[in-house]
Amino acid sequence: MKNIYFYAGLVAFVSLLLSACVTINIHFPAAAADEAADKIIKKVMQ
Amino acid sequence: MSNQIFRLMLLLFFAMVSQASFASGNIEIDTPAISQIEKSMQQRYSQLVPFYTSGAVGFTQDGLIAMHDANAVSLAERQMVNSLIAAENQDRNSLYLEIARANNNLAWEVEIRHTFGQRWIKLAKLGWWYQATNGGWVQK
Repeated sequence: MKNIYFYAGLVAFVSLLLSACVTINIHFPAAAADEAADKIIKKVMQ
Repeated sequence: MSNQIFRLMLLLFFAMVSQASFASGNIEIDTPAISQIEKSMQQRYSQLVPFYTSGAVGFTQDGLIAMHDANAVSLAERQMVNSLIAAENQDRNSLYLEIARANNNLAWEVEIRHTFGQRWIKLAKLGWWYQATNGGWVQK
């Protein structure tokens, strides 16, 4: 019985962690992208 | 037993929070592939400036460049300008793809391209031409 709870918790933990990775990765960091673009463009325009 | 699950959930919560703060607001642009494209674009830039200034070439919304006024270029030069535009656009397309690749997210390419489109226009010099969202050309 104890084992079942443990594995259930472990499975929930791992799957939530994985879904968290995917969710965060899909979000596009617009402000950081603006900064990165400016950095590259200014370098090219030197 | 419920205490153990509670602790797991607490751990999960902190793991998610720390990961979110780590992953958000970061874009990787320091890779060998990206700096190689930058260098190539940097070398071509001085050749393109006269055509940006004359209005022959302008910036498009999708982060590329295009012929805006072919009459601003002599017939003899036109082929050379077309090759410059093609080479520049090839570099720019590779740049957007490489940035998406460096961030392990190929789906970002569209947003990266859009971002660059906006920033190129923003950083273009006075007198240079760009394509507005409605497709018409505008002089800065």
